[in-house]
Amino acid sequence: MTTMTDPPQASFRLSQLIYDTRYRSYTFQFIALMLLVALMAYLGANLVTNLAEQGQNIAFGFLAEPSGYDINQRPIEYDSQSSHLRASVVGVLNTLIVAFLGCLTATIFGVIAGVLRLSPNWLVRKLMAGYVEAFRNVPVLIWILIIFTIMTAVLPSPSAFRGDNSESSMLFGSFAFTNRGIYAPLPIWEPGSQVVVLTFLASIAGAIYYRRYATKLLYDTGKLLPMGWPSLVILFVPTILIFFVMGRPISLDYPALETFNFQGGMQIRGSLIALWFALAIYTGAFIAENVRAGILAVNRGQTEAAASLGLRPGRIMNLVILPQALRVIIPPVISQYLNLTKNSSLAIAVGYMDVTGTLGGITLNQTGRAIECVLLLMLFYLTISLAISAVMNLYNNSIALKER
Amino acid sequence: MKKTVFLGALTVAGLVGGAAAAATLDDVKARGTLNCGVTTGLVGFAAPDANGVWEGFDVAVCRAVAAAVLGDPTSVEFVPTTGKTRFTALASGEVDMLARNTTWTFSRDTDLKFEFVGVNYYDGQGFMVPKALGVTSAKELDGATVCIQTGTTTELNLADFFRKNNISYEPVPIETNAEGQQQYLAGACDAYTTDASGLAATRAAFENPGDHVILPEIVSKEPLGPLVRHGDNEWGDIVRWTLNALISAEELGVTSANVDEMASAPTNSPEINRLLGTEGNLGEMIGLDADWAKRAIAVGGNYGELFEKNIGENTPIGLARGLNAQWTDGGILYSPPFR
Repeated sequence: MTTMTDPPQASFRLSQLIYDTRYRSYTFQFIALMLLVALMAYLGANLVTNLAEQGQNIAFGFLAEPSGYDINQRPIEYDSQSSHLRASVVGVLNTLIVAFLGCLTATIFGVIAGVLRLSPNWLVRKLMAGYVEAFRNVPVLIWILIIFTIMTAVLPSPSAFRGDNSESSMLFGSFAFTNRGIYAPLPIWEPGSQVVVLTFLASIAGAIYYRRYATKLLYDTGKLLPMGWPSLVILFVPTILIFFVMGRPISLDYPALETFNFQGGMQIRGSLIALWFALAIYTGAFIAENVRAGILAVNRGQTEAAASLGLRPGRIMNLVILPQALRVIIPPVISQYLNLTKNSSLAIAVGYMDVTGTLGGITLNQTGRAIECVLLLMLFYLTISLAISAVMNLYNNSIALKER
Repeated sequence: MKKTVFLGALTVAGLVGGAAAAATLDDVKARGTLNCGVTTGLVGFAAPDANGVWEGFDVAVCRAVAAAVLGDPTSVEFVPTTGKTRFTALASGEVDMLARNTTWTFSRDTDLKFEFVGVNYYDGQGFMVPKALGVTSAKELDGATVCIQTGTTTELNLADFFRKNNISYEPVPIETNAEGQQQYLAGACDAYTTDASGLAATRAAFENPGDHVILPEIVSKEPLGPLVRHGDNEWGDIVRWTLNALISAEELGVTSANVDEMASAPTNSPEINRLLGTEGNLGEMIGLDADWAKRAIAVGGNYGELFEKNIGENTPIGLARGLNAQWTDGGILYSPPFR
């Protein structure tokens, strides 16, 4: 005998929204969302009303007007008659320059310090611990100012290079270290120089190919080809030959002391150096901790197994530990790169004209368009941060443990 | 309770801009202090002395307004602002007025929605260089590194000057006068440029002021004056006429020494009587009592006295009256009549 009973039909009542655990969380989330939207709308409406009361509006037309001010570090053509938009682009490029240099240097500092923090040598280990603690626990703005002040106070001004018996002299007759920055020779590309550059690029490719070939030969047949000197020969000999064949198309423009400054050559400004170095050394301390954590996350058995195969400590680190540690290291390092990029907005402290200095500084001041400028700034930093994390996430995926 | 705090925070977040447009005079009276925006420190114009008391030529204007409105020249809250933060501070209502070497320009008056109430110092942009450089004219500065305060009109004048004379330079933007001084003295820039009065004030603070020269070129007009927000004309009138009272007092011979005596009984000069409130009802017209101007003058004296005491020729800053003399003495200082 079977009895068929229908399961009770779930009839939805309004009170279930609060008393039924299945729906309750949705109800609260919905209420919170509505409150958030209302808050945003209120603040937005308030802004519009207040602006209207002061007779102002939100418009971006000012970007097309001439900026009227000069910028010292110009990666692209720019003068005081260029538009505010162009000034912003110069600022953006300056931000990217210091962020790129900073990330690169911070990574180098970080990896070295992180590995050395685990060194068996007591002195090295403690020195690196000192570096990490000192730099991580003092605000980066202070470091920027300290480095900049030391540079201005310790290095000589260009006038010290004047005269036959000058107090300072140029290194190798071509590098001048002054408190306004470093002056170095600048290569001048004359016609025919492209051939030399192309040859050099081809040589790099050739050297890489040769090393791959030698490695493959070693694995396949056990035959060991010399690596060091053939790579060097492939790299430099063809380039040097072509350089002379083409009639030396690349020459150097040396900086020379004029009335006030060194002119000619390439100037790396003190503000860039201070900002770059401070950001790199500060973020490097954080990256060092990430690297250390990554290395410690690799099982000790890996080191012992590699050692028992007869690998030397340096090779164990490079071939066994670091590749595995990278999976742990990369994600936190991404956020350090983002931090560095955003910290570069402290540039105005040393007069480096990044985008906060041009668009968010002088342009904002001269036009009074605070809301527009700040919105554009936010948009820029958001874009660049998302781009950095996108690229780094791609890299992270490529080295992540492939589970098959 | 929590709800109140939340709503309160909302209101504060939203209404900072809106509330500021209301009657500033009432706000100041209710608060009991005047919030006055000044520089972060420029000796002679606005800088704290050894005891932390602000003094200087711009500070004197703030104190005069406080005396006229509140009857007490010391109830002023001085808010140090940089070239960059000053306009935001005024527009947001953080300060009631700005007395901070600010150049009166068209766009600041109209586009930024401020009201310049007058000029308390007619200035112009100049250059200072070390004597050792041997430079005698700003036109010889081709290729020089020039330190400049960012966010000021000097930045634009500098670009214009070098473009007009077709010479090149390298700008080093800096945030405050103190930083500029440090960079200049360390030799990180060849020249320092700002308003000529500011250069004199800066040079006065050097260890060896004689080693530095101010070049003869004045490359711009810089009428410096106090300013208030658009939209509160009554408050603007009070600040404007307090400044005019100081200027008129000098013209009429009213000084800190004789102001009490002159205000005690009507004199035989009707304009002095109207100024000091012993005749007519000028004070009532701007919403203050009769002896508002008397109090303002009594703080530090008339315009001439303030000038001599803070930036005049007998001070380390050593500025001559020049353009800032009364119109009767060949200057262009000219207050509208009190009637």
